[in-house]
Amino acid sequence: MDVMPFVLAGWLFLIGLYGIVTSRNFIHLVMCLGVLQASTYVLLLEIGYKAGGTAPIFFDAHPGAKAVDPVVQALTLTDVVVGVTVAALLMALALQTHKRTGSLDPADARIMAG
Amino acid sequence: MTERGRIWLFAVPAVAVGVLLVWSFAGLPSFGHYRGPYGNVINANAIPQRHTTNAVAAVNFDYRGFDTIGEEYILFASVIGVSALLRLQRRERELPQPPDHAPRQRAPETADSVTVICMGLVAPLVLLSLYIVVHGHLTPGGGFQGGVILASAFLMVYLAGRYVTFRQLSPKSLLDAGEGLGAGGFVLVGFAGMLAGAAFLENVLPLGQTGKVFSAGTLPIINLSVGLEVGTGLLLVMWEFLEQALMVRA
Repeated sequence: MDVMPFVLAGWLFLIGLYGIVTSRNFIHLVMCLGVLQASTYVLLLEIGYKAGGTAPIFFDAHPGAKAVDPVVQALTLTDVVVGVTVAALLMALALQTHKRTGSLDPADARIMAG
Repeated sequence: MTERGRIWLFAVPAVAVGVLLVWSFAGLPSFGHYRGPYGNVINANAIPQRHTTNAVAAVNFDYRGFDTIGEEYILFASVIGVSALLRLQRRERELPQPPDHAPRQRAPETADSVTVICMGLVAPLVLLSLYIVVHGHLTPGGGFQGGVILASAFLMVYLAGRYVTFRQLSPKSLLDAGEGLGAGGFVLVGFAGMLAGAAFLENVLPLGQTGKVFSAGTLPIINLSVGLEVGTGLLLVMWEFLEQALMVRA
């Protein structure tokens, strides 16, 4: 059953993608993208996990303590920042789409005008 | 395309991708059995080499600090992108005075209890954000986390039903300056390393005593710079969206 935590990441990825494919609202779509991206956080943290390991912060733990991988945690931080920036840009685009077409439904936004 | 056709077009490749994912997961080292070596090397060397107790901060702002500059500039570019996308369009105008509520929405008066709680949280949140930024090289936190808390402190003023005060407290010109200073500060720290005769972003400052606030060389300075960049950047994004909702009319 050691694969199950990784399967969680795969499930988050696919369920987020399902939400994007079937979404009828741009804001809902951006949230689904957030779910999809959460799968990468989960996978990164799982890869660096050691059974019984603590956080890689040694302020109140002795320096030799068994700690999980700090590299994937740093990558997760980058990942979160990228997620926020993408969400902000997509929300701005959704807002402008709503102004032009009066709708947030992706199906109504087929024709792109400059 | 019909709804049903779209779901089938998704479902078939999704099952295939799911099978491939499970197959590849089965080939990973089993959960909890980390093989390393990089995480172990950094955990063992962060304190002796950099005098920082936060190994994640050591990775982010020192060992792979150059990548974090890229990360910071992704945020910077996104703030510019949001400002550009939400600029005044043709046939739009900005109200001279902020109104009480968004058009076509009758906003109820903000309850006194909400105002009191939100206004009461502003000062503690600013203090917490400074604490998180300044101790970023010692305990969990740092510039990114503290910056987000700083932005939320200012947003509390808006949540308290004081949009006019929010605009006065965070003037756009000051936010723009903070955003530029924060983004530029990180790179300047990098050049400081070169001026000292070392590589770009090399940790050339005195490392101090592990566990003290003034330690770990350039790490606290970079954290301050990132905190300023993230805090002002997020505030600028909120500023733009709030302005669209409350100030811009077709």
